[in-house]
Amino acid sequence: MIEAVKLSSPQIAHFAANGFVTFPGVVPHDVNQQFLNELHVQDRQEDSSPENLERLSRVGELLAKSDLQAVPAGAPLFEALAEGTALGNIIRVPEVRGAIESLVGSECVLDHHFVHVLNGLPVHRGRQRSQGLHQDSTIDPRERAFDIQMFYFPHEVTAEMGGTRFVPGTHLRIVSESAVARYQNVAGQVHIQCPAGTVFMMHHGIWHGGGVNRSNMTRFLYKLRLNPTEPQVRLWDTSDLTEDDFRQRPIFFVKKGRDPHSIASILTRGLPWFENDTGRIEFIQRIKFWRNLLGDQSFDADYWVTRLECEPQSDESQR
Amino acid sequence: MDPDRQRQKVMVLYLANSSLDARVNAWAVYDGTGTTHPMPGDSDEPPYSNGLAALQDGWRLIQASPLVNHVSGDEFRTGYLKYEFFFEKVINCD
Repeated sequence: MIEAVKLSSPQIAHFAANGFVTFPGVVPHDVNQQFLNELHVQDRQEDSSPENLERLSRVGELLAKSDLQAVPAGAPLFEALAEGTALGNIIRVPEVRGAIESLVGSECVLDHHFVHVLNGLPVHRGRQRSQGLHQDSTIDPRERAFDIQMFYFPHEVTAEMGGTRFVPGTHLRIVSESAVARYQNVAGQVHIQCPAGTVFMMHHGIWHGGGVNRSNMTRFLYKLRLNPTEPQVRLWDTSDLTEDDFRQRPIFFVKKGRDPHSIASILTRGLPWFENDTGRIEFIQRIKFWRNLLGDQSFDADYWVTRLECEPQSDESQR
Repeated sequence: MDPDRQRQKVMVLYLANSSLDARVNAWAVYDGTGTTHPMPGDSDEPPYSNGLAALQDGWRLIQASPLVNHVSGDEFRTGYLKYEFFFEKVINCD
């Protein structure tokens, strides 16, 4: 039996460029049901009466009475979430486990986890406001290490349920938590809609916020933050890397079409919100991030970093 | 015009570069009249394609982000959106 399906190089490059990878409906139905059962909301979720929805909104009480385990910060993940429990089963889905191991390693530790509960319309009666954009935690200027946050949706999330909104590619920007809340809307923002059992693995820095739940159903999101304990270098399945992934290609003056699936193409693809000048700096950030992941400081894509590092030394200056 | 009956509507556009006719990348609207209630994530299409189009529609530019020299050693760090333009409309509330 396969225990972990590690990410491929293009998937990791996508993560480096966009700050997330996604696995639609990857968690099996019975595990989704187990999660809702352990949260004691399986029956309640189907009951959209205001009384039930009001009860669900008391998240502290909900978590305290649930069978989900509270875990001290810094506990080794695969020890803290035992096999057989809902949370233990989720992180052991081969694709989920593989993504975790590929991004933060098999010895990663649990920073914190939480169940986010968003009331439906019968409770908030149209008064709910969406959450402003923010980057979780605080200012995080780390250049090599990064955390991941697993977003797990145990039930289908429809458009009217106000699934998490996030802005792909914002993860490498150094900002201070909700200082970005002024940006109500950003071109290219994504509103999560997904089947039950969907998992997103997000870089800790990605800008995101909750939407407004206009359905009659309560929406649940389980979020798990993980820290690495080892250098995040070549933790994924690197067997697909070829010499072409390290070779420079013609830039600007190009005679034949480029492979849109190459690592260089993935790392240098712009996003709708990119400013003309800092969009190029995003490419540089991504290339440096990819260098760190590869453990190869000579890597470049389309010469963005190499030309900045080109400072030939004279014999005199070397003396 | 009775100043006591006037309310400010503010729109913030984030453009692709420092030129006012550059493409809109991000936006926000705050309505002091209370007749609309904009909120995060409420639209995926910008209200105008560029800043100049907002002027042509009667918005008044009240603030533009300055161009700041890059601090040595920090040239490649990215953070907040760079090209921020505040606009206003003054609305009479009867």
